[in-house]
Amino acid sequence: MELDKREGKNLKMGDANQVVFSETLEELAAIDSTIIAVTSDSRGSGKLVSFGEKYPNQIVEVGIAEQNLVGVAAGLTSAGKKAFAVSPACFLSARALEQIKNDVTYSDNPVTLVGISAGVSYGALGTTHHSLHDFAALRAINNIIIVAPADNFETAQAVRQAAASNKPVYMRLGKKAMPFLNEADQTFEFGKGRIIREGENLTIIASGETVYPAWLAAKKLEETKGVKTTVVSMHTIKPLDTDLLERLAANGQPIITVEEHMVNGGLGEACAAYLFQRGYKNRFRIVGIPDEYTVTGSQIEIFGHYGISEEGLYNLGMEMVLKTPE
Amino acid sequence: MTNQELRLKSVVLRKNILKYIYIAKAGHTGGSLSCIDILNVLYNKVLNVDPKDFKNPNRDRYIQSKGHCVEALFVTLADRGFFPESDLETLCAYQSHYIGHPTKKVHGVEQNTGALGHGLSICVGEAIAAKLDDKRHRVFTLLGDGELPEGSNWEAFLSASHYKLDNLYAILDNNKQQITGNNKEVMNTDSVRDKLQSFGWAVKEVDGHNLEQLEEALKNGPFEEGKPNFIIAHTIKGKGVSFMEGSLKWHHGVPTEEQYALAQSELNTAEALIH
Repeated sequence: MELDKREGKNLKMGDANQVVFSETLEELAAIDSTIIAVTSDSRGSGKLVSFGEKYPNQIVEVGIAEQNLVGVAAGLTSAGKKAFAVSPACFLSARALEQIKNDVTYSDNPVTLVGISAGVSYGALGTTHHSLHDFAALRAINNIIIVAPADNFETAQAVRQAAASNKPVYMRLGKKAMPFLNEADQTFEFGKGRIIREGENLTIIASGETVYPAWLAAKKLEETKGVKTTVVSMHTIKPLDTDLLERLAANGQPIITVEEHMVNGGLGEACAAYLFQRGYKNRFRIVGIPDEYTVTGSQIEIFGHYGISEEGLYNLGMEMVLKTPE
Repeated sequence: MTNQELRLKSVVLRKNILKYIYIAKAGHTGGSLSCIDILNVLYNKVLNVDPKDFKNPNRDRYIQSKGHCVEALFVTLADRGFFPESDLETLCAYQSHYIGHPTKKVHGVEQNTGALGHGLSICVGEAIAAKLDDKRHRVFTLLGDGELPEGSNWEAFLSASHYKLDNLYAILDNNKQQITGNNKEVMNTDSVRDKLQSFGWAVKEVDGHNLEQLEEALKNGPFEEGKPNFIIAHTIKGKGVSFMEGSLKWHHGVPTEEQYALAQSELNTAEALIH
């Protein structure tokens, strides 16, 4: 609860990433008439009401029908449009998974799939509305870029790069206002992790809305214990920035990964699989939602319960740094 | 092309379907034989497509939703000059692009299909794009009657009439059978005409082996302004080979040497009769 009230602890607060998505798409649509938003009764939650009013010929509504949403987006793209299929991540990445696999990725139609209210953004609405499987499901599918931007800057860049991409993109966005992280670094590229802060004692690799609590924990670790922590926004889950991973692992410092996803098959396992095969033996822990019936509550409460929080990551960071390697 | 030439072509295409299934020792024989007359009419009388300018944005689109009957599509495309017919000797072979379902790696194929209930939604997207751009080309798909229970088709049916896609043509290869048995017993989809009409489509029924009826229906659309077009083509699974017609075992049966010779001899007789 406390996290919400801290006004970003010296960071400039922004909007929800999904708000920035719709604003950026509107900017793009103004200059590119091939941009089409495809919605499944999701223009309210996707913040696309204004888009629809301004560009009525650039929005296609399919009603609550996610399979058709993705199939239609594939057809539009095949016909030369740049389709952005917008739907809550839980439905988009599960119900329409076969359409994503066959009609988008296998058929090489570069649709941008925009999963809104992702992860546990819907909080107490429960598991039907959570998407804790999407990284894993889509990582197992060829020919798709998977992106979970951390802040408004990364989101706006991701939307622009997705519009220019000749490859399918799955973009996963939350509905909570996010602070701007590392405003000094204005670079963003799919497949290149973004270093938010640097330190030589510990590394936290996070994605999406978990980068902010990772940053808070890193700040507290340094201020209270002098533990210097590198925080990376690994916004692109696939293709993974393996060059950066190697650099992060090279000095042997402990690594924590954090994600708003089940621990199975997500960012953490992707990093672990790569590093283990390259022979790295850094202490390594994956923080995410465990393989159990998810605890009920708001997003922030669920985060707190599973240690995806300033406090949880601070405690884990201390444990990782202090414990003597066996 | 005269009607006689078109009829001859149907027989030759049937012979080719069997030839390449026989060589590959794999294929969807019954369904390919039920839909081949539809493909023959589409590619030789209806579709504005050019093998030398296939990516022309104004071309008509044909996306085969019942992808498993790819042999019918491949022999038709080869005949139309999209690729040499001899390529089909590699059907289903290691590292061949000519696999058991349509793929864009084969010249002339619009989309990768094979999982049922996908083609129509893609066509809806293509047809909406054509309307948005005020283009005159048309969009065609071929559905199997066995794939109608896929719910995604009904999502697509709704959206096609919602967007008044009278540039969209869905042809049902209504051979009334699927791998397990008769559609009626597996999952009854009777009254397709009523169902589609109630979904806002304009419906025509034709004999799916009568080339003139097919041409008449497919050439002269839309059936009603502002409505998507649905053609129920009544067909016979295994059509053209007496011992395959209506027989379930030929859904993906591969002929033995003896059966293959018998089938070719029947088709040779049919060919001679047309001459």
